[in-house]
Amino acid sequence: MNNRLQTFTRGLVKENPTYVLLLGLCPTLATTTSAINGLSMGLATLFVLVLSNMAISAIARFVPDKVHIPVYIVVIATFVTVLQLLMQAYTPAIYSALGVFIPLIVVNCIVLGRAEAFAGKNGILDSALDGLGVGAGFIISLTVLGMVREILGTGSVFGWKFISGDGILAFVMAPGAFLCMGYLMVLFNKYLKK
Amino acid sequence: MAAKSNLLNMVLCLTLTCLACSAVLGGIYAMTKEPIDQTNAKILSDSIKAVLPEGGELSGAKTEGDLEYYEYNAGGAVTAYAVKSTTSGFGGPLTLMVGVLPDGTVYNTSVLSHTETPGLGAKCTTDPVFTEQWKNFGPEKILAVKKDHGDVDAITASTITSRAYTEAVKQAVDLVKSLAKEDGNE
Amino acid sequence: MEYLFIIVSAIFVNNIMLAQFLGTCPFIGVSNKLSTATGMSMAVCFVMTLATLVTYLLNKYLLLPLGLGFLQTIAFILVIAALVQMVEIVLKKVSPSLYQALGIYLPLITTNCAVLGVAINVVTKQFTFGGGPSHMLNLGEAVVYSFATALGYGLAMVLFAGLREHLALNDVPKDFKGVPIAFITIGILALAFMGFSGIV
Repeated sequence: MNNRLQTFTRGLVKENPTYVLLLGLCPTLATTTSAINGLSMGLATLFVLVLSNMAISAIARFVPDKVHIPVYIVVIATFVTVLQLLMQAYTPAIYSALGVFIPLIVVNCIVLGRAEAFAGKNGILDSALDGLGVGAGFIISLTVLGMVREILGTGSVFGWKFISGDGILAFVMAPGAFLCMGYLMVLFNKYLKK
Repeated sequence: MAAKSNLLNMVLCLTLTCLACSAVLGGIYAMTKEPIDQTNAKILSDSIKAVLPEGGELSGAKTEGDLEYYEYNAGGAVTAYAVKSTTSGFGGPLTLMVGVLPDGTVYNTSVLSHTETPGLGAKCTTDPVFTEQWKNFGPEKILAVKKDHGDVDAITASTITSRAYTEAVKQAVDLVKSLAKEDGNE
Repeated sequence: MEYLFIIVSAIFVNNIMLAQFLGTCPFIGVSNKLSTATGMSMAVCFVMTLATLVTYLLNKYLLLPLGLGFLQTIAFILVIAALVQMVEIVLKKVSPSLYQALGIYLPLITTNCAVLGVAINVVTKQFTFGGGPSHMLNLGEAVVYSFATALGYGLAMVLFAGLREHLALNDVPKDFKGVPIAFITIGILALAFMGFSGIV
């Protein structure tokens, strides 16, 4: 049981996908213009991560060695397309805010990375937990980065404005993403990565 | 662990995976098609309702040149037009829905999509001074920003966005004027 | 003239890496040395242009007529993966010297989101260049756009690799070492590129 718990919590801090493993950087930087966008992107990735992890751990035994990567990619792309269709139908505003980064979950190294490193070798339940853990870690990273950028850039958090005035606009734009990411990694290195 | 690879099982495995995945996707597509169409239709009708007075029957999409427009009909006459108008702003395409009455008065405008700079040009959706001025913008006023000797208050520090926005409204008004003239001649 | 606008816009104003964040992982990964950065840039140029050409045609003449637009993501990634493999095999046979230069970067490109990102953007988004009307790109524009985008990616990568080589020689505080200082440097580089916004 303890092992299961570890499978889940490992992704949160110790092997945090963004700050420690440096995976999935493109969506991390691009979609965190606000906390809510970061959170939505994190949830979308979690959805694909958990389902593809489960599906892959179920079929891994039957897949010949040499074609396992293409098979994994097809499985992942299928879940991404399912997500695209569902979002278009029920959350069109978020879908258009996140734009091209939803289909780009296919090439998010986190998803293929977990499939290759974990789901291909473990049972369905463990793989689901692993997906949940890593996904949760990803959500936390994105939401934190989104909050920092939203606070600095617009003086609000989750759309709730608590500082009047414009804020430092550069933080909502591209340069701010890189700067915030750099400084957050420094803080992570200093206080959490022990 | 993974099975040993040979040509037969590789081909078989890839084919089966692709078949299974496309079957799943086909199913989900069939299931979500209707909600997606409904959602899109709702977004469109909401955006039209936001810029035009209530009343009358909404026509389907019509096109004239590059512009797409919709008509409100009441008692056999067109009472209002909603024009989807796109120009190029500071960061890329700027698309508006412009509600225009047959005499060329702008009833209201709303932004459908834009890629303007946050906090500067993006204020074209939020800055009350800028957005409110479009309500009942009469045909006697000149559609150009004040810097270009017109009657439109530009957004501070975002002249290019303001010009693009004004140009989009002008396209819509010009279209309606020519349409109304045709209707009048009939 | 239009093509000139496309090129300037794709390389400088909307730089794929510094303004759109596509392809960050390999950017951080291979920009340690100027020589690897150049190799990767050339490989990306090659694959991105070819991939956009193929996916554009696939989308226009196969997916859309059959009403299979929803298979875009899955079809594009498969095409790109297959294309990369094919390029690798052809290069190995036809030009071993070029293969030596680009070979090790090719497998990395399949998961470079810049390639898939550009392919998807080109067929789904409207573009405006130089104040002209906004429109979907035609085949010629799409190819020029993707090639210029790849050049912009290469430019950012080579510039950054140069900076990073100097950074390695400097005394950086312990917690900033490695990737964090790299991100802060990219941030400043992106700030510089913001100066180009609005010129076309």
